[in-house]
Amino acid sequence: MAARESACGGFSRRQLLLGGAAAAGAGAATALGAEAAWRAAAAGAGAPGASGTSSAEAEAASATAVGDAVVPFHGARQAGIETTPQAHALFVALDLLPEVDAAGLRRLMRILSDDAARLTRGEPALADTEPELALIPARLTVTFGFGPALVARAGDAAAPAWLRPLPAFSIDRLQSVWSDGDLLVQLGADDPVTLAHAARMLLKDARSFATVRWSQRGFRRAAGAEASGTTMRNLFGQLDGTVNPAPGSADFDQVVWVGDGPRWLARGTGMVLRRIAMDLDGWDRIDRPGREFSVGRRLDTGAPLTGDAEHDEPDFEAVTKLGFPVISEVSHLRRSRSEEPRERIFRRGYNYDDAPVGASVSDAGLLFASYQADVDRQFVPIQRRLDEADLLNQWTTPIGSAVFAIPPGCDEGGYIGETLV
Amino acid sequence: MRTMKRSLTTSALALAAALALVGCAGAGAATTATNAAGAGAGSVAETSVTLTDGWAKAAETGMTAVFGELENTGSEDLVVVAVETDAAQSAELHEMVDDGGGTMTMREKDGGFPLDAGDHLHLEPGGNHIMLLGIAAPLLAGDEVAVTITFDDGSTLEATVPVKDYDGANESYDDGEHEAH
Repeated sequence: MAARESACGGFSRRQLLLGGAAAAGAGAATALGAEAAWRAAAAGAGAPGASGTSSAEAEAASATAVGDAVVPFHGARQAGIETTPQAHALFVALDLLPEVDAAGLRRLMRILSDDAARLTRGEPALADTEPELALIPARLTVTFGFGPALVARAGDAAAPAWLRPLPAFSIDRLQSVWSDGDLLVQLGADDPVTLAHAARMLLKDARSFATVRWSQRGFRRAAGAEASGTTMRNLFGQLDGTVNPAPGSADFDQVVWVGDGPRWLARGTGMVLRRIAMDLDGWDRIDRPGREFSVGRRLDTGAPLTGDAEHDEPDFEAVTKLGFPVISEVSHLRRSRSEEPRERIFRRGYNYDDAPVGASVSDAGLLFASYQADVDRQFVPIQRRLDEADLLNQWTTPIGSAVFAIPPGCDEGGYIGETLV
Repeated sequence: MRTMKRSLTTSALALAAALALVGCAGAGAATTATNAAGAGAGSVAETSVTLTDGWAKAAETGMTAVFGELENTGSEDLVVVAVETDAAQSAELHEMVDDGGGTMTMREKDGGFPLDAGDHLHLEPGGNHIMLLGIAAPLLAGDEVAVTITFDDGSTLEATVPVKDYDGANESYDDGEHEAH
């Protein structure tokens, strides 16, 4: 992170742009992050953490720790999937202009990859007209995904069989304005200004190649508001994403990263993004026992109705005094659980809460983002079961759906998609 | 100043210099720069100038410009005297001047850009820049442009910069051509 920055070049772009105050503290910057060192130097104080540090200084240091944090863009796999979810996300789908061919795709992905590499380091992109907005990386990640039409434009490489719209489900009320697309740009950051600037930079560099099809903004709790790794709560108040492979584990690798498949997609993954409208008004009419019954979990702890803690295994055999299952056979928990270990996915969703229309006071829901090596074998069977029966379906409606192939990462000097085009 | 002699830069020495740069250039720049001794007389020092964060503005026809940051890392004061590229009929060094009426116009920089030892020279929209005149073919976003920058000691810097779409940098000439680049 900061060490990478100062190992090469000594001066960071930030120091050049914001003044040279930190130049003398270049060594300190290696350990502390340039911004924190700069602030400490500007305040005439010692390094944060040194003896005599006031709580105000410590607070300043921890505040900038959020802004200074860098997630490397380069690597074997793209960032933004295994990355601990940032507070803010933006998913944008682009439609390629008719004239964009394989050579055009190469030019596009070179430009976008270079932009992403710089912005995620907290540096302005080339030709960045608002360079000052780029200086707080805040764990910015940029992840690219390819739709079927992009893969077709790239040449003869085969697309995975699952790279197509999902089969129709009876619960779907899909709108084309939230569905499909040729190129996905997924951005995540712990700072919304960083996110807005990065999106603006990338989209204007894509403008001569593609048009925006849809753009979906999502959020979680603010960075630092709760312990890292805490399961997100959706706007129904439920813990959402309890059963998820642990990032960094062999299990995660198995579920998420492509092993068998087209060679260009090795170390990539498949992504499903569903925009799920949540009827908060309808949910208001359901009291707590009914809410918990529909999901099969407690609202406070997220524990299954047969357990005490969030991650307790549910006991589907347990029955009430009257002989009914404690966890209903049509609860969301029961219906989403498969006997087949392979039918699992990695969820990394975000809430949305947009401006209400008409008499409603909310237009809210979930940007359900899931990643899995094989969409057809892992995601589709789960969705089929939920489509057949799930009490939660009374208050949730999928209104958007898109599937993308997320290609592998790239090294410095490379570009995302280089294995394909 | 419009046409410049070709530099000899594919020597093993130049390649070694380029490789040495890559480790750090990658961290801050997509630019690939090759420092090369000029003229081959043996007495001229290898150029001590680097170009980072270089880019060129996309254009279909006519003129465009190259920007970036030059740094003289050596101990000798230098002057940028010429630029050459296969991508255009000619290249000029331009500065922006106030026309007296509050409007900035660009004109060719007499005598080139001074670049003293240890100094940086920012080539940027609205400021000093390298003007490409009569581009040979459309320069599209994501293409690359190779330029050779010559200094007054005869040394040259070869750099390849990416092309980017850019809506600014619409300066007009003070000689009345008023063609956007």
